[in-house]
Amino acid sequence: MSAPRYRAVMLLPLLLALGVGGCAIEPWVKPYEREYLADPIMNTSRDPIADKHRQHVFDTREAARGATTSEGGGCGCN
Amino acid sequence: MAAISAPSRRAVCPRWAGLAGLVVGLHGAVCAGAVLPEERADAMYHYYDGGGVRVTGPALLVRKNMADKLSVSGSYYADTVSSASIDVVTTASPFKEKRSEYGAGVDYLYSDSLMSLSLTKSSESDYVADTLSMDIAQDLFGGMTTVSMGYSRGKDTVRDNNDPTFSDYVNRYQYRLGVSQILTKTWRVNLDYEAITDEGFLNSPYRSARILGAAVPEQYPRTRDSQAVAFRTVKSLPPHSAVRLEYRYFWDTWAIAANTAEAAYNRYVSTAWLMELRYRYYSQNSASFYSDNFTQAQNFMARDKELSTFRSHALGGKLTYAFQSHPSFLVKSTLNFAYDRIRFQYDDFTDVRTGAPYAFDANVMQLFLSLWF
Repeated sequence: MSAPRYRAVMLLPLLLALGVGGCAIEPWVKPYEREYLADPIMNTSRDPIADKHRQHVFDTREAARGATTSEGGGCGCN
Repeated sequence: MAAISAPSRRAVCPRWAGLAGLVVGLHGAVCAGAVLPEERADAMYHYYDGGGVRVTGPALLVRKNMADKLSVSGSYYADTVSSASIDVVTTASPFKEKRSEYGAGVDYLYSDSLMSLSLTKSSESDYVADTLSMDIAQDLFGGMTTVSMGYSRGKDTVRDNNDPTFSDYVNRYQYRLGVSQILTKTWRVNLDYEAITDEGFLNSPYRSARILGAAVPEQYPRTRDSQAVAFRTVKSLPPHSAVRLEYRYFWDTWAIAANTAEAAYNRYVSTAWLMELRYRYYSQNSASFYSDNFTQAQNFMARDKELSTFRSHALGGKLTYAFQSHPSFLVKSTLNFAYDRIRFQYDDFTDVRTGAPYAFDANVMQLFLSLWF
């Protein structure tokens, strides 16, 4: 067995254990304790239409793209 | 936090329905399990002015939920462009054009999973873009963790307004992965990754490169693969404020690497007013086939300032006013104004009119009304 495949096989039980264990994880922040998390100011994109426009402004003037909270379409170049 | 902060999300999380029911009366839906997007309508006027380019137009977004399982949305977005950018004034004539984008989407909630499907079509005189997107988000561990993945397929048609015989295409494939994690009662972090593959005609049919000062048509590779990883965190500073920090690292097969960092501070200044202050920094290095002025011809040549080495600073903010009374069919309504001032500074893109490195400032404004129902 090649080394990478051996490592993958060895990792499998660990991932399974994490997965099974994960199912049993009790949420340490209870739903009734999420008042602040539910506040709109905790959103990474509070106003989708405005964030899409702002992201489009940057997308059309920068080479970087992707992994944003909103994506634009079309060229909108120049 | 009074009217402005009351979330209008409808939580659907049966296991916690009893507890959530108690809390909903105090502060809306607080169960962070899978939920449908907010039912809301937005009407916006947007404005951009910088570097000889002015872009204005309206945008609309309406989203309606059905039976707590389905959410449908429709959007319209228009750009009216008046362009006398440095590319245009040094190689062509100023022009005006309009871009229209229509979007439609469906979100389906099943247990702790939210499945989304959306279509957008963007049209302008020389560019048509069609995009189909599919996303799924799964809540885990009692809503503490949300894992998401998505795929988009884009098909663009590129034309040249000066050459009716020219037509080419771009195929785009996007793959997204994301994890959102609640750390404490006041702290959430997100990690997002996206890979994008383009294939087709990726340069502008209008722009020119320079060889020893003489203009020649640009020539780009017909493929581009890019990856981006972003880390975001939002921390509440009870009872009135929150801080958001973001960082994104980008790299692609054109040898471009870019860093984006953003910080924002939100604060309720009264029951009716919410303000946001924000700063964004961006920097990138140039593509391997970019040159301000080539010394000899090569297979691929670009002189697009978006592929040059540059950095930008954006400083701005948003002011939100929550109406204290509204018709009974509305849950909440706000009027918003946002402004950003952006400074672009290019290291290796020369303003051929002056011989100096090019730089410009841009003003970006948004005025929009949001209604939750």
